Amino acid sequence: MKIIVCIKQVPDPNTTVSKLDPNTKRLVRTGVSLILDPGDESTISAAIKLRDTIGNSELIALSMGPASAQEGMRRALAMGCDRAILVTDDALAGSDALATARVLSSVIQKEGADLVFCSTESTDGYTGMVPGGIAEFLGIPQLTFAREIKVEGTKAVIKRVIPSGYQTVECQLPAVVTIASGSFEAIYPTMKGIMSAKRKPFSQLKLADLGLDAAQVGEQGAREKILSIGQVEARAAGQIIKDDGTAAQQIADFLQRYQLL
Amino acid sequence: MAHTIWVLIELENGKPARSSLEVLGKAAKLGRAEAIVLGAAAAEVAPELGQYGAEKVYVHADETYDTYLTLPAVETVSNLLKQHQPDLLLLATTYNLRDIAARLMVRNNIGLITDATDLNFENDGLKVTVPWGGENLVTATHPYQGTGIVLVRPKAFALERYEGRTAEVETLTTTISTEAQAIKVIDTVEVASEGPALEDAAVIVSGGRGLGKAENYHLVEELAAALGGAPGATRAIVDAGWLPYSYQIGQTGKTVKPTLYIAAGISGAIQHLSGMKGSKFIVAINKDENAPIFSVADFGVVGDALTILPQLTEEVKKRKA
Repeated sequence: MKIIVCIKQVPDPNTTVSKLDPNTKRLVRTGVSLILDPGDESTISAAIKLRDTIGNSELIALSMGPASAQEGMRRALAMGCDRAILVTDDALAGSDALATARVLSSVIQKEGADLVFCSTESTDGYTGMVPGGIAEFLGIPQLTFAREIKVEGTKAVIKRVIPSGYQTVECQLPAVVTIASGSFEAIYPTMKGIMSAKRKPFSQLKLADLGLDAAQVGEQGAREKILSIGQVEARAAGQIIKDDGTAAQQIADFLQRYQLL
Repeated sequence: MAHTIWVLIELENGKPARSSLEVLGKAAKLGRAEAIVLGAAAAEVAPELGQYGAEKVYVHADETYDTYLTLPAVETVSNLLKQHQPDLLLLATTYNLRDIAARLMVRNNIGLITDATDLNFENDGLKVTVPWGGENLVTATHPYQGTGIVLVRPKAFALERYEGRTAEVETLTTTISTEAQAIKVIDTVEVASEGPALEDAAVIVSGGRGLGKAENYHLVEELAAALGGAPGATRAIVDAGWLPYSYQIGQTGKTVKPTLYIAAGISGAIQHLSGMKGSKFIVAINKDENAPIFSVADFGVVGDALTILPQLTEEVKKRKA
């Protein structure tokens, strides 16, 4: 079985408050620590677990992004993916969810996958529209918000998180599956994994390799347009203290001062 | 000419979801609101949609929509889009509607804007407001002719009543294709929960990954109880199975605006911040002094929530006594 996991490198959500550049209207990526999306670590782990359960299967990490995205993909390889494909092309800058789904699905079409794993949504853009978009481009079903997944014969079966509990949902393969973040314990790369990642196949593709027209992607192809970028009214800077053993009392003092007790 | 705005109404146990009705009310303010309601209960639900703003309702009372996810609705709405061309398809941000929206975007090659908190037609163009990240407020539009999709952030609009309005009902008689019956719901398990009244609570104490493990969450519940508030959670610990979804605060959970919000062991990913930033006072406890949660905190403590929470619970009890 061939499994493809779609991943993304994002500004570290634990250390960065993401910003948009008012001129380019794009995410500020310079001077920002970029990491493999933490949600993707969970998704990759789910895919590795399934590959190892099924056996005799290949797991490919797929991403679209600038050349610097290689780092995140190396981590995916170190975690246990078998090979990596990065689509990188200047014409892709400013792509929307529709264009991203178009590009990723064209690679998946070429490779021919039985299962495509995605995170439910990325940790920077949060649109959550790419996985369903990929499924629609490929004309295959999508199983979303999975916290468990198994393959039974020619079917994929998941436990789907819903607001009131969960559902058991199934479909025929091939299918796209989205993983609810945190549902699978992330696998940490071992030293052996990191060393072997350097020798694993890593291919880079351009738009032309996929037979896609530059007018369908990037800023040109975007079906939405940003008109302006303003500032949210900032909260006044608060007081930050280090706990010296009296933090609980100081918080209580703060609550009392504003009559919150 | 008035703009036509379509709203796909989600059904929950045979009743229209409140989030869909809020969106319908906004649509009626923007122009001519038309609702689409699909599922076994659709015919019963349709007449009452007038009083929430619908001037017309497309109805397909077919239980296929309840058994098979996403694809039947995508097929029916796409067919309707081909026959009529509304200016806008406006949807609440829920799990099911997000799945439907993504496929509609591709099948009909149309623009889609997510996480909107406001929208208006100005000079014949649509202007959509989207808070982005911690600091930016973006306005965006669909630059092309034809229908666009906008997904609205939960609680962005209040429920509106249009007393005395009755909607024209058009009953659809299409047959759902077999290809659209591909994603089958085998069973649904409701997880019983006390259901903390997060949306209405004046005080919320919320926990995240920094609590270390599920067994430590009781520290959050105890402080919430001492303050007379409700306990909440981040998406990360809900997804990890510590708590039911009803506790989740954030972009894909509940949006809350209490007087006091205490964030314990929460780093402050955008996902979470967007659901609680409207709180009047924010207190944050986190080990990492660089955690984004401190950028919105009125009072922040760099320290271990596991140590401070029980101390604070005692201190609160003492001072309230």
